[in-house]
Amino acid sequence: MKQLLHNHSKTLLILALLGVLTLVCGALEPRFLSPDSLGMVLKYAGLFGVIALGVSFVILTGGIDLSIGSWVGLSAVLYPVLLKNGLGMGAAAAAIAGLSVGAGLLHGLLVTRLNLQPFLVTLCGLFIYRGLARVLGGGREQILGADQEWLRDALVLGRPVAGWPVPSVFVLMVGLAAGAAVFLNLTVTGRRLLATGRNEQAARYCGIDTVRLRVLAYVLCSLLAGLGGVLFLLDARSALGSSFGNSYELWAIAGAVLGGCSLRGGQGAVAGVVLGSVMVAEVRQAVFFVAGDEWKEFVIGVFILAGVMADEAFARWMAARRVRA
Amino acid sequence: MSAPLLEAVALWKRFPGVQALAEVSARFGAGEVVAVMGENGAGKSTLMKVLAGVHAPDAGEIRWEGRAVRMAGVAQAEALGIAFIHQELNLCENLSVAENIMLGREPRWGGCWLDRRALRERARGALERVGLAVAPEVLVESLSIGQRQMVEIARALAREARLVIMDEPTSSLTSGEAERLFGVVGELKAQGLGVVFISHRLREVEAVADRVVVLKDGRNSGSLRRGEIGAERMVQLMVGRDLDPARRRPWEVATGAVRLEVAGLRTRAWPGQAVSFAVRAGEIVGLAGLVGAGRSELARVVAGVDRAVGGAVRVDGVALPPGRVGAAVAAGLALAPEDRKEQGIFLEMSILENLALPGLGRMQRGGFVRSGQVAALGARMRDLLGIRAAGLEQAAGLLSGGNQQKVVLAKWLALGPKVLVLDEPTRGVDVGAKAEIYRVVEELAAGGAAVLMISSDLEEVLRLSDRVLVMHEGRLAGEVGRAALSEEAVMALATGTFCP
Repeated sequence: MKQLLHNHSKTLLILALLGVLTLVCGALEPRFLSPDSLGMVLKYAGLFGVIALGVSFVILTGGIDLSIGSWVGLSAVLYPVLLKNGLGMGAAAAAIAGLSVGAGLLHGLLVTRLNLQPFLVTLCGLFIYRGLARVLGGGREQILGADQEWLRDALVLGRPVAGWPVPSVFVLMVGLAAGAAVFLNLTVTGRRLLATGRNEQAARYCGIDTVRLRVLAYVLCSLLAGLGGVLFLLDARSALGSSFGNSYELWAIAGAVLGGCSLRGGQGAVAGVVLGSVMVAEVRQAVFFVAGDEWKEFVIGVFILAGVMADEAFARWMAARRVRA
Repeated sequence: MSAPLLEAVALWKRFPGVQALAEVSARFGAGEVVAVMGENGAGKSTLMKVLAGVHAPDAGEIRWEGRAVRMAGVAQAEALGIAFIHQELNLCENLSVAENIMLGREPRWGGCWLDRRALRERARGALERVGLAVAPEVLVESLSIGQRQMVEIARALAREARLVIMDEPTSSLTSGEAERLFGVVGELKAQGLGVVFISHRLREVEAVADRVVVLKDGRNSGSLRRGEIGAERMVQLMVGRDLDPARRRPWEVATGAVRLEVAGLRTRAWPGQAVSFAVRAGEIVGLAGLVGAGRSELARVVAGVDRAVGGAVRVDGVALPPGRVGAAVAAGLALAPEDRKEQGIFLEMSILENLALPGLGRMQRGGFVRSGQVAALGARMRDLLGIRAAGLEQAAGLLSGGNQQKVVLAKWLALGPKVLVLDEPTRGVDVGAKAEIYRVVEELAAGGAAVLMISSDLEEVLRLSDRVLVMHEGRLAGEVGRAALSEEAVMALATGTFCP
């Protein structure tokens, strides 16, 4: 048990930080703790959490994906366009999933086989997918049909429980996170993915196919970005190709980093990513109440910087304790 | 006697610029502990890597239980039963001890699920054999270096290795940890495994090895059986080359004032060891020691590249601010670093740009570079050092190693340094360039500069130095004056055999 606590000390620390943050926000602005406000927080935590989970796979293997926001935009535009062209919902979803897997494969193979830098590959993806979304959307807002409202209720909004809103997208995100945690902790492939992220050479020397694992991370990331695109669309009801999902990759990375993922790879836990996403959503909401929406980027930047500095101090403290032990 | 587990027969291996192995033969038996020894660069690590399948030999044969085998990679060596433990440990610190031990061959159930119970059990079995009392589910990042070493050995055992090769397993261990490691080595031997290890510590080898194989300059230099193993014999076999005294630098008494003073300096690598010494004007002081003794760390702190944990560096009596290279350079102290390609030179930039960079601040008018002065400086330096290049506009990366090193020296000489610190000034440099570098360094000292020279090439140390400081495990183990200078005296201090 003690060992368990020790191994998860960082996640527990983040959980404590989240508790403190919630109380501080509530003290600053009582409306923050109202059911409606918390419902908003959980909804955004769910939406951004889905894409944060995706990018955390890539970050765990020491990579980065900057194309997420554009991929969100592209799939959000693609979904209504496909429906309008007579595809069924299942077929449209399958098409988006297939394309997402293809994009992830492309990223992964370019990074591992051609040895291109992840930053550059996905930066190009950012431009290319945004461009495709604009062309595909034809400069018009793509609007979700009224026949999709039930899906919006089912996948994003959900029903209140005892007067408290429980957005189903949050439940969905937690479910996906649970799946990711099971994958990373209980399957052989998941453990090897973690090993590869921390010390690829050591993993290779143990006979592990590290290329396949790194490609897999990019595929999962794009797949979740595609899903995220549809969820964001369901929430907003319409999407403009030129802007929908802009800079969402940065919010996703922010959630992963706040949740304890190190951009050096090999470090991070799924529970932390969930908590990190909730934190990002809380900060957004609190800033909206206290200072106005225009301050949210500024505050989140300062908040993450403080978090990263605290993390570094924590790591040094642990290292110093180890030396003394 | 039956065939040994592993036998190397007349192995040859050449790397660009160096014959690493020349007709090296060795036998390693089951239930036997063999130490491989030699000076820095004698070919020990290369031999280990060839035997473990990391490098393929150019010629020669490797036999496993009497049968010739071709090892096409680490995986094949492992399949035979050879486990290689690198000098830098290869563990994933974010995973548990058990997972590291079984990495790559994890027990599963239902095809994809990690069988944690079997994992723990197998890991526990391997941990017991190495006597490491940590829980299998502990994360590796919370272990000490010594414990991590044991995890590596446990991993080898879990793979049913029959021969364990360790490259300097004790180089980063405390003496207590090293003792425990060798306790385990004794256990493995009793279990019928073969163990091969590289070590520089003579006492350790005396205590543990059944046999010693000594290499020198990539060749077999001798082999000692139990009973013959003694520090003196080993040092003799390791160095035993004839020096031509006539080639030594003529005796010069250094009468100048103290230029470089190092007082109680402690580096981050060895925070417990305070190092003090002084170098006078006109003096060349050699700094000898084994790889990892802390020489380069010291040089970097002296030059302000790294921050000291404590202590002071003074140039002509004035203390340098810690951790500031610019201030050191301004005070007249320059470092020609160990790793030329990474730290010393801009491979893509031209020779001229490389030469001019440190002194650009002095060759400007209103922020604009005075190209006439730069060109003049370049020509002067090229002639002084005899840099052989098609032209000064040529990219520095196209030069030979020797000429690159000349560029590194020249860029500092152009500033007229008071103190020059050289870290391995002739590594990977051909004989002709070596002679020119020696000449320039001697001239610099004759002109009143203080020179501190780190070198693993003992011949070079003996040839150039007025006296030699020897480091061992982060501290100054002693000083050898000109009159008493010999390879044996330096090696004895460097290996910790002799503590004055």
